[in-house]
Amino acid sequence: MSDTASDPFAAYDPGAYFCELTSARAGDGGTLARLRERIGAIGLDALRARAAAAEGDLIDLGITFTVYSDATAIDRILPFDCIPRVITASEWDVLERGVRQRVAALNALLGDVYHGRKIIADGVLPAELVLGNPNYRPEMEGFAVSFGTYVHICGTDIVRDRAGRFLVLEDNARTPSGVSYVIENRHLMARTFPDLLAGMRLRPVDDYGRRLLGAMVEIAPAGVDDPQVVLLSPGIYNSAYFEHVFLSREMGVPLVEGADLFVENERVFMRTTSGPRAVHVIYRRINDDFLDPSVFRADSVLGVPGLIGAWRRGNVALANAVGTGVADDKAVYAYMPRIIRYYLGEDAILENVPTHICREAEGLAHTLAHLEELVVKPVGESGGYGITIGPRASRAEIDAARAALLAEPENWISQPVIDLSVAPTLTDAGLRPRHLDLRPFAVTGRETWVLPGGLSRVALKEGSLVVNSSQGGGSKDTWVLAEAPGTGVGGAG
Amino acid sequence: MLRDTFLLARYAESLFWMARYMERVENIARLIDVTQSFESPGREAEAWFALVRINADEEGFAARHPVAEPEAVKRFYLIDHDNPTSIPAALHAARFNARTLRPLISTEMWRQLNIFHRDMTAIDAEDLHAERLSPLCTRIKEGVQLHTGITEGTFFRDQGFFFYQLGRLLERADQTTRLLDIRYHLLVPRAREERRVAELAQWGGVLRGAAGYHAFRRVARPGFTPADVVGFLLVDAEFPRSVGACLTGMDWCLTQLRSRYGLRATSKPLERVDAVRAGLFGRSVQAIIDDGLHDFLDAMQRDLILLAGEVGTAFFRDWRPMAQAQSS
Repeated sequence: MSDTASDPFAAYDPGAYFCELTSARAGDGGTLARLRERIGAIGLDALRARAAAAEGDLIDLGITFTVYSDATAIDRILPFDCIPRVITASEWDVLERGVRQRVAALNALLGDVYHGRKIIADGVLPAELVLGNPNYRPEMEGFAVSFGTYVHICGTDIVRDRAGRFLVLEDNARTPSGVSYVIENRHLMARTFPDLLAGMRLRPVDDYGRRLLGAMVEIAPAGVDDPQVVLLSPGIYNSAYFEHVFLSREMGVPLVEGADLFVENERVFMRTTSGPRAVHVIYRRINDDFLDPSVFRADSVLGVPGLIGAWRRGNVALANAVGTGVADDKAVYAYMPRIIRYYLGEDAILENVPTHICREAEGLAHTLAHLEELVVKPVGESGGYGITIGPRASRAEIDAARAALLAEPENWISQPVIDLSVAPTLTDAGLRPRHLDLRPFAVTGRETWVLPGGLSRVALKEGSLVVNSSQGGGSKDTWVLAEAPGTGVGGAG
Repeated sequence: MLRDTFLLARYAESLFWMARYMERVENIARLIDVTQSFESPGREAEAWFALVRINADEEGFAARHPVAEPEAVKRFYLIDHDNPTSIPAALHAARFNARTLRPLISTEMWRQLNIFHRDMTAIDAEDLHAERLSPLCTRIKEGVQLHTGITEGTFFRDQGFFFYQLGRLLERADQTTRLLDIRYHLLVPRAREERRVAELAQWGGVLRGAAGYHAFRRVARPGFTPADVVGFLLVDAEFPRSVGACLTGMDWCLTQLRSRYGLRATSKPLERVDAVRAGLFGRSVQAIIDDGLHDFLDAMQRDLILLAGEVGTAFFRDWRPMAQAQSS
């Protein structure tokens, strides 16, 4: 075996894209070069063998999501790419402040939307974006939440362009998922690649469960001494069930299903072996629609009849609050820089991807005129569905997008194609550049805390820009370098 | 500052059933191994079909396998996923419950069960060949024993542990009565010596099926009779699979749930265990045999079903069998 054959970086060429491992960056303290050297020293064959072992470990541990088709259930893992993604201390400083600012603006927006609607009166946000939004919940009007926090758990999708600039692609203010992989990926890394982690000064990721529980306890109804927190899950058939298990364990609280709970005299109880036991805070991982069949979808078997009544009485806290979907809408997203300025009097620390709002004549005209260059997205979808990427679309796909735009322009936004950054990713052909994004997670009770790093999702298909797990994406361990010696934790993290 | 623990009713139910299914898996494997290792030449079909009778599976078996040949019985219990009394079906149910319990059980318990389930559902007809069957049974038994050991060493000992033990002991008691029941017809009084030796050999098989052969040898007098074997399996206090030891264990679990965790709804199940134990220990084994062992075991199995129902009604969330019985 020649040296070039075993050097994993021999044929690695990120082209014009910003590369998270090979593009020059200030302030990494030599970590990037050291990491490249260590990967090189392991060599491609050993990388492959260890990566396979790591994925086997995920299967054994059942860190999987279940895909149901017909009568069969298949447990799939979220593919794990063993080459870590590195964020420097100064980069993280910007990201963390940017995420905090964004969460503050989202909460301010929701407080206003469900109370005075000043932002509409002042002409900053069109009324129909709020009132015509399917996720707007009239039940929330005039209802006060603790500390003004609606979005207790927020996931902010961030990408990096050719210049290495961070841009926000999307806010996830309803029930964002993926945080369990951030922590499990670090543990997996420590088990299978201890030699890559050795001596690296990284910010730890283990504190999430304790911080989340702390925030949940903070938002408990007033006067409750030792609040009972639960995690409400749709149950074992939900594709994120592993994450629900993970978080309930990390918080040390029961994972409940709708049928474990009931409401009596506008108070929530869970069914235990010793009878009913009061519940004060619910971290719910089910959508608004399904929470309470007596208020929302009557056919929901996942929810708890009377839950919204108990909540409005102030007897139980819900995280996230009901009705946050009005703020993370893709159409509202376009207004976020203006929303941040309006409530906080600051410029956005993290910029948006430039967005054309097709409900506005100007935005629609621009989009229709540049369909071949733009990415067209439906405002109400998630998971990467319904997107048309102009430069890669066929004639027929462009025509279909045009027809859809003309039929219901308010359902669409468009953005220029962002040349997402890449990172070396282990493929059958060796290390190859693959596009990735970053989803940091922010937890907010009285104050906001951001988990260092976040979920790096990587599009495993060559050239693909879609990183969603439902569309064949994988994930990477995400390292945030600690600033000064002595502040970081290496190894197991 | 630590808080007191409580248990979701759904978790209690899943623990009870996970333990029952795992216990069942071990017992089926044990019976298959014993049947294979000690089948009497020339009477193989009879020996194998005894397994079907132990489990009261005659109907389900006939529906899948028209001929009662040994290979069919092995397939029925080791490969037929759609046979609810097969090992893969029991393991599937155990894993289903374990999945529900993932927030509660240790990661090591879940991981082992997950891998065990995957390995066992991959076995096929090739693995049932004569020379491979016994090693397969050993693997299955050891898989359950590994589960038991991991549980013993890692599972938090709050009330959930007692519901787990309750399920496993109840299943074990039931399995032992079934094992005894299949041989009750061998209790023929005053048989000729030649016949007696053959019978004792069969009782040796029963003891092996219950993993009690050597223990019994240690306590048996040289002139032991089948009634001694029956007594050992029914009431021996030291033998972990005797019906009496299981009942004593259940009594202890229920008492712990009552005294440590204040679960007053243990009253009815405790009364039932008490009554069943009185019926078992209150008279001699010979009296039980004289009155009819089969009827006694039959009544015992019915009592265990009632006991499971009472535990379910008292503590579980979705105790559908009882809910249906009450509404009908």
